[in-house]
Amino acid sequence: MTSAYESWNEARGAEIIAEHDKLEGATLVILHAMQEAFGYVPEPAIPMIASALSLSRAEVHGVFTFYHDFRHEPAGRHVLKICRAEACQAAGGDALAARAEAKLGIAIGNTTPDARVTLEPIYCLGLCATAPSAMLDGRVVGRLDEQRLDALVAEAQR
Amino acid sequence: MTMRIFVSRDAGAVAVGADDVARALEQAAIKSGIAIEIVRTGSRGLYWLEPMIEVATSQGRVAFGPVSAADAASVFDAITAGSPHPLRLGLTEEIPWLKRQTRLTFARCGVIDPRSVGDYRAHDGYKGLERALTLTSDEILADVTASGLRGRGGAGFPTGIKWKTVAQTSADRKYIVCNADEGDSGTFADRMIMEGDPFVVIEGMTIAGIAVGATKGYIYIRSEYPHAVAAMNAAIAVARRTGYLGERIVGSNHTFDLEVRVGAGAYVCGEETSLLESLEGRRGIVRAKPPLPAHKGLFGRPTVINNVLSFAAIPFILAGGAKAYADFGMGRSRGTMPIQLAGNILHGGLFETAFGVTLGELIDDIGGGTFTGRPVRAVQVGGPLGAYFPRALFDTPFDYEAFAARDGLIGHGGIVVFDDSVDMAKQARFAMEFCAVESCGKCTPCRIGSTRGVETIDKIIRGERTSENLAVVEDLCNTMKFGSLCALGGFTPYPVMSALKHFREDFGPAPATLQAAE
Repeated sequence: MTSAYESWNEARGAEIIAEHDKLEGATLVILHAMQEAFGYVPEPAIPMIASALSLSRAEVHGVFTFYHDFRHEPAGRHVLKICRAEACQAAGGDALAARAEAKLGIAIGNTTPDARVTLEPIYCLGLCATAPSAMLDGRVVGRLDEQRLDALVAEAQR
Repeated sequence: MTMRIFVSRDAGAVAVGADDVARALEQAAIKSGIAIEIVRTGSRGLYWLEPMIEVATSQGRVAFGPVSAADAASVFDAITAGSPHPLRLGLTEEIPWLKRQTRLTFARCGVIDPRSVGDYRAHDGYKGLERALTLTSDEILADVTASGLRGRGGAGFPTGIKWKTVAQTSADRKYIVCNADEGDSGTFADRMIMEGDPFVVIEGMTIAGIAVGATKGYIYIRSEYPHAVAAMNAAIAVARRTGYLGERIVGSNHTFDLEVRVGAGAYVCGEETSLLESLEGRRGIVRAKPPLPAHKGLFGRPTVINNVLSFAAIPFILAGGAKAYADFGMGRSRGTMPIQLAGNILHGGLFETAFGVTLGELIDDIGGGTFTGRPVRAVQVGGPLGAYFPRALFDTPFDYEAFAARDGLIGHGGIVVFDDSVDMAKQARFAMEFCAVESCGKCTPCRIGSTRGVETIDKIIRGERTSENLAVVEDLCNTMKFGSLCALGGFTPYPVMSALKHFREDFGPAPATLQAAE
């Protein structure tokens, strides 16, 4: 099993920072780019971003930890996000979320021990008229039922 | 002539298989040797019929839906043979659900190719900008004011006044910011218009830039909307290439350019000052007002910050439609509102109509009740910070003031329908929990109040000292409502208190004394 992401190296991190550090308010842009490359934001990137943007490490760490999107450790090979917001709740989303947890043997917010699947909550994909919905590695799926969810979980486990 | 077939590329359609349908149609065409062109449009917003496909005929477009990939070949045969098909819906424009709408903002959504500026122009696009370029700043502001447009993000502040304030504030730089952090569950109008008609957002923001003297704009889109991010970026690139963004816009002396920024999963960033902090690269901590963003906004400069739908309403208004726009609606709610019907609803989707339609018409008549077939018990209007209404309040007209008078809000126009299996104590708990997780932490009522709220509702659910704990919840709600800096802490009491008020039976037995009094 190969990872979809690059492994951390400082030179690549510096390159990513240099691509964006002239933008106004670049911190989030750089954090997003780091996560896209490495699958998470590696700890050593924080002081590098701080230095490039003339910010303190505490400031960058504060931004990094404020936003739900930024991961502190690598995600599984596949990321399955299940919508937990009201429109999906109204359409039976809670039972499907519990079913995904049971199938994968992990609670939402965790990665399977074999590092294949990370199961995350998401608060609204804007697919509220075709609820319940989920997203597997950027692919959106609506009108989820038990059968479709099982197929998604099986796909993520492959 | 090549047959033109339209298939939505809207995320809501793709989520139920539109890409597979498009591929299957292509294969069917190859197999039969008939030349077709598949145009990927936005969605018409009739989501229960997605994937819906349309074919151009001499009478207009004819729709089929919901079409699965397995249906594609038989639908294609029916199209080419002109024979009947069970999924044939007739002329799209004649579908009653669409026909009874008043589509001003969403006129082109689902009709045009969202990546083609030529298509946009062929459907009245850029007429607003062309006229704005012949007007003075004051004349543009007069049109916006005359239209009666109020901020569609939820607060309903008059757009004309906001723009005028920025226009009158002098500074070395000004900004236009589009709030596309549509985090409310049950809302998807911003997503739809960005994916289905992105140029209307670009045009609206460009007109704002010209009106107030700003040359740079940002669109802050939530990360949960990757399709919208891609659609806006593609449209911005086209607009730059064709002279609609950049220096000397369409040969005028005006400069205006746009950049998309992506959020990072913080609900509170939909609050305008928090969004500005986030755009500046900081934690999304709410700012105290004053100063207003119109005076000191992004990077301390005067800033127009409006919702996607507010900007998207502008081109129609500037294309000579200010009075026509204001003629729709009721009271102080002028124009049309793109209402979003969601959750457990039979006919969910985007319904743009003049203000004044009642909640009951929207749920029962237009929405067709629940898809589970069970009775509607509660509807949440206006997202996670909106009130839950019972059937007894279904006569409430869709209007900012009418909802406020009944302790609710229309917010961004989303309606989430729940059937009779809903547990309202659980929903009240969720509202507090959501606030606790999403609170930026700046003000105490929101940060602490929501956590205490969860703990206290848990006690009520466990049946511990119900009446005392209900009093604590009410007290917490009052503190949050009147003591919070922004709408997150300030409005979380709406779902909580409305659940308590209208669905008291879900919170355990009523106190013995009250029972005796009855």
